[in-house]
Amino acid sequence: MRSRHAAAERAAAGGLLRERFPILGRSVNGRPLVYLDSAATTQKPEAVIAAEAAYYRTSNANVHRGLHTLGDEATRLYEGCRSAVAGWLAVAPAQVSIQRSATAAINLVARGWDHHLKDGDAILVTEMEHHANFVPWQMLAARRKLELRVLPVTDGGELDLARLDDLLDGRVKIVAIGHVSNVLGTVNPVAEICGRARDVGALTLVDAAQSVGHRPLAFADTGADLLVFSAHKCYGPMGLGFLVGRPEVLAELEPLEGGGEMIEWVRLEGTTWAEVPHRFEAGTPNVAAAAAFPAAIALLEELGLADVRAHEQELTGYALEKLAALDGLVIFGPGDPARRGGLVSFHDPQVHPHDLSTILDQLGIAVRAGHHCAQPLHRRLGVVATTRASFGVYTARDEIDALVAGILEARKVFAP
Amino acid sequence: MSLGPIDDLYREVILDHHRHPRGRQPLADPDVTAEGRNPSCGDEVTLQLNFDGDRISAVGVDARGCAISTSSGSMLADLIEGMTVAEAEKVADAFRGILHGGELPADLDLGDLEALQGVQKFPVRVKCAILPWVTMLDAIIAHKQGRAPRPVSTEGVNASGAPMDVNVKERDA
Ligand SMILES: Cc1ncc(COP(=O)(O)O)c(C=O)c1O
Repeated sequence: MRSRHAAAERAAAGGLLRERFPILGRSVNGRPLVYLDSAATTQKPEAVIAAEAAYYRTSNANVHRGLHTLGDEATRLYEGCRSAVAGWLAVAPAQVSIQRSATAAINLVARGWDHHLKDGDAILVTEMEHHANFVPWQMLAARRKLELRVLPVTDGGELDLARLDDLLDGRVKIVAIGHVSNVLGTVNPVAEICGRARDVGALTLVDAAQSVGHRPLAFADTGADLLVFSAHKCYGPMGLGFLVGRPEVLAELEPLEGGGEMIEWVRLEGTTWAEVPHRFEAGTPNVAAAAAFPAAIALLEELGLADVRAHEQELTGYALEKLAALDGLVIFGPGDPARRGGLVSFHDPQVHPHDLSTILDQLGIAVRAGHHCAQPLHRRLGVVATTRASFGVYTARDEIDALVAGILEARKVFAP
Repeated sequence: MSLGPIDDLYREVILDHHRHPRGRQPLADPDVTAEGRNPSCGDEVTLQLNFDGDRISAVGVDARGCAISTSSGSMLADLIEGMTVAEAEKVADAFRGILHGGELPADLDLGDLEALQGVQKFPVRVKCAILPWVTMLDAIIAHKQGRAPRPVSTEGVNASGAPMDVNVKERDA
């Protein structure tokens, strides 16, 4: 453990494999890019960019239809992605459905569980959810006259588990929770919550958009029936997300979209569906993105997810320490970096997040300012917007120093 | 450290309006109250107008958010009180033109508002500067039409790809 710590500290100083990410060589407004917005989307390594281009250059064809060589290659690449994700999360390939995004996967579930729901049932989400894991459930509740229950967040930025007993009763049929908050960074005890949800017979979904690829994770670790994530948040391409599930649960899920690819037999009288997971994959998918994603997984495996996690934790600890030293700055979420993902959101009473973001951008520093698709959470925090710095494998410690210097520079502009 | 265009953006007069916004006092009996809000960034403005014939006799502006939106709202309160509706619309149009890259009009004195010309160089911030003005335009249209104002946003683009703020007048035409 000590040597891992020492290694993480060395890595934090310089960032991991920076040279593999071509975009990091560019400058913004005449300064070297300091990219601190990896929670919105991570940058892409050359291997991923090359794999996506190579697909179009050499293997482009539609999947599961052509009987020709290119069609076969495209199908193998597409299914290769499914197998790579399955191996990564320690499930069988049939447990992985390839989707457009984490958002699409959540919507699929929110539309596909109707036959298990009746008037007066309840859905439980949390106050810290990304809108992607909030709005689809709100829509389902409105459509089916269900009660939407919300597990609150404590002042310390953690889920108020003491409230779970009142909120989680036999009426709750679906529990949907984020693994790592994209605003607070909080790592939620998903296995515990999913276990308790199972005791009352509820379906569980874990939004792992901020955790897959950022820490060692097997599907079984989450204790969930269903898990979703997006490739673009873990060094993969955009336009690709996944629904991973227990086989018996996926078998019960109704497809949302009808079309090609998801059918077995189509007759004028009716249609039978293809096997899981193909029945959830109507239409031509983003094969190029699927062909490229295994290169991202390979890079993360090369680094080792334990080291990736150690690196993010080290940077988060460093950022918490440096930001806390800024007089008056309010930092949200748990104080202990071991209990958070690789991001820090804060509010500077002296400079509005937009103004800060504009000034940092002039210095080449990219942060996110706004509500980060979590308006209910921001209401709870009592601010309309926060500034978020988030880290990736390539993030170096001196980039956090640059952020702190930039905040001081912004304060100078706004000093009375 | 020189921040280049930043010094142009955050001119002292802007910071002054941000720190000491004018016209913050709500009107006791407004003829119209309009809301502008940009949900993705959180800027909000509540704008109230009283009319005396075709003249704007009193203005109340409560702008909450970044320095660009709050200073713009404060300048609006300063500038349009006492103007005719047509004059206020002309100022709004001129300001919109400037934000989208145009020159300061020679025949119009925009007062402190001219300081916000620097926003030109920051396209992502145009929506902040224009929010109070688009809210005002909609309040005026609503008043003319005798309807309640609708919440206004200046985020994103409309169906033809133009910035949202460009088509507010046309929207109701
Ligand atoms: C926690 C969380 N859930 C879900 C999403 C949605 O991901 P996507 O937009 O890729 O569907 C995000 C990303 O913004 C997120 O941070």
